[in-house]
Amino acid sequence: MLESTKDMPIGKQIALQAILLLITFTVMFPIMWIVSLSLDPRGISRPTELNLIPPGASLEAYLAVMDKPTNNPVTFVELVFNSLKLATGVAFFSVAVGVLAAYVLSRRQFPGRELFMLGVITVLMVPSIATIAPLFVTLNSLRIEVVSVVSGTGDEKSEEVRQLNIMGFEIGEVGELNDGEKASTESHNVRNSLWGVGLALVSGALPFAIWNLKGYLDTIPKDLEEAATIDGASHNQIFLRIILPLATPALAVTFFLGFLAGWTEFAMSWQFLTEPEDFTLSMALWNMTGQYAGSVPWSRFAAMSLLVAAPVSIVYLMLQKYIVGGLTVGGVK
Amino acid sequence: MTTLKTSAPIPEPAPDGFALWWQRSASTRNAYAYLIPALTVMTLITFYPLFYQLWMSFTDYNIRSLNPNAATYLAPEWVGFQNYTDILTGKISDVLPNFNFWKLLAFNLFWTFSQVIVHVSMGILIAVALNVKGLWFKGIYRAIYILPMVIPSMVVSVVWRNMFDPQYGAINQALAGIGSWFGYEEADFVIRWIEQVQPPFAEWFPLPLSFFAISLANIWLGWPFMTIVATGALQSVPNDLYEAASIDGATATQQFSRITLPLIRPAMVPAAMYGIIATFNQFNVIYFISAGGPLRQTEIMVTTAFRLVNEQRLYGLAAAFCVVIFIILLGLTLLTNTVTRATENYDA
Repeated sequence: MLESTKDMPIGKQIALQAILLLITFTVMFPIMWIVSLSLDPRGISRPTELNLIPPGASLEAYLAVMDKPTNNPVTFVELVFNSLKLATGVAFFSVAVGVLAAYVLSRRQFPGRELFMLGVITVLMVPSIATIAPLFVTLNSLRIEVVSVVSGTGDEKSEEVRQLNIMGFEIGEVGELNDGEKASTESHNVRNSLWGVGLALVSGALPFAIWNLKGYLDTIPKDLEEAATIDGASHNQIFLRIILPLATPALAVTFFLGFLAGWTEFAMSWQFLTEPEDFTLSMALWNMTGQYAGSVPWSRFAAMSLLVAAPVSIVYLMLQKYIVGGLTVGGVK
Repeated sequence: MTTLKTSAPIPEPAPDGFALWWQRSASTRNAYAYLIPALTVMTLITFYPLFYQLWMSFTDYNIRSLNPNAATYLAPEWVGFQNYTDILTGKISDVLPNFNFWKLLAFNLFWTFSQVIVHVSMGILIAVALNVKGLWFKGIYRAIYILPMVIPSMVVSVVWRNMFDPQYGAINQALAGIGSWFGYEEADFVIRWIEQVQPPFAEWFPLPLSFFAISLANIWLGWPFMTIVATGALQSVPNDLYEAASIDGATATQQFSRITLPLIRPAMVPAAMYGIIATFNQFNVIYFISAGGPLRQTEIMVTTAFRLVNEQRLYGLAAAFCVVIFIILLGLTLLTNTVTRATENYDA
């Protein structure tokens, strides 16, 4: 888009273009490097020279990563599903519960409102890493025992779950055991599962969602609600028919920010999870970096980086104009 | 503003006592119904763990306190302020070599403010450059400059980690490429960005080379956000002001400092405060790129807390450390708030 240059002397134009091109180069350098490395047909193990444009292109590194991402016994599809489950679960739960609270904090007066808001603001100041110790310890003590009854042997073997035992609460009964039946107890540690990581993430994502959504709801004019009240609408009708539809963009943005937090989450998963089948994409990516890289060719590391980053980056790009305003308004006021 | 109130018709006979209270509190009860899910969840997994953290911080909770059914179980013991004094006096350097609380805090604060100052000034300058009337390719530049903000910082950090590799990293290879134009050998550019213990420039220089590595990566990550905020604010600065100023003979520098800066200030201050908190807790860049090294010189508070949990498994000590982080952040927030308000009053 060439504009008329009558406002700017050509010398100034050239000087500005040179500066902006230099900045463009610094911005694009890491991105080009990693894209080039991932597409290089030579499948580079350790790059020894800089090639911003690879000679030819091949998707070999991507296929190799999808085939066997790390030395851990976990497939690429499992990694994707684990990250997807974590991100979607955290985002959906915190938005669904958060919008209810955000609505009453923004629109209604009730005893305890200020106290709850103070609680939310205080919690927002605690970085998520600074809550890792108590979350680890408390979720670690949350164990679920599954009692199942096994009967028969070999091909005839059948297993039936009879009882769940959560922190002393027993759900279901084991009952009398017939001949040839055996009760076996399996103990699951909530901490060592995606559920545990999800709960730990909601601990920070929910207050953030409440505050972000409240900040947005505060900007919606109250005229419509007042008109609806005169027409006899109840609180619930106002929430469902007026507030929720108007808040859709904010709901989408908050959902995305929660999703992003879950998708790239590292510290909690790294601390909580020990079973490779529960591992997430970001854990696998760190396993391919630096001291952990071992024998991972850098082409594969590059392909993995792009596979992790691309989906969320593209959505962020589409939503960015809604996100920037919300972060500073909701985050500080 | 007057609001119309729709009061329900008073039923006959007028209810009293409990019935009256029940009817009058209908709206409040409805509000609580909306709040209860969030309140329950946050009580269980946000507020309770935070109070638990406070209790833990006064105990010697460690790996043997985790499983009450294990043979080696040791109940956590109340140790009073022991953890706090150990942290503040640097006694925990037994478990974290080279740990010194005041050095850590000083570095963390220096890191935060040096970064935010660079982010904000670069952000404003680039936004102003992009806002010049008649500039070519404006849209393309704006689209490209957003990229560092939208790529997850976790991925960006691990990529920069590899870029700083002495032998195979892109930084040294690019420097060698530039150096070769001036007749330098490739071997001159095997810079050990992360590992080098020897300070750069001079023996007395207080910052290690890895500080410059993490700064470079974090500046790359940080300025685009400030540019976007500043660009948004610049749209609302009326053009007449500049025209009037140039008629009165104001130079470009004067226009920048007397018109642009004061008018985009209301947008930049909250963005800078957001930046201060985010940079103070910038886990990804530090943990993944420098890993706090060499010799813990680039460690910040949150990465240290994570190491106490993840590597040392000293949960009680880590809890105390996190309480200290919280107090510092509280102080930092109050301080930046006060400074902002104070300067606002001065302007008015």
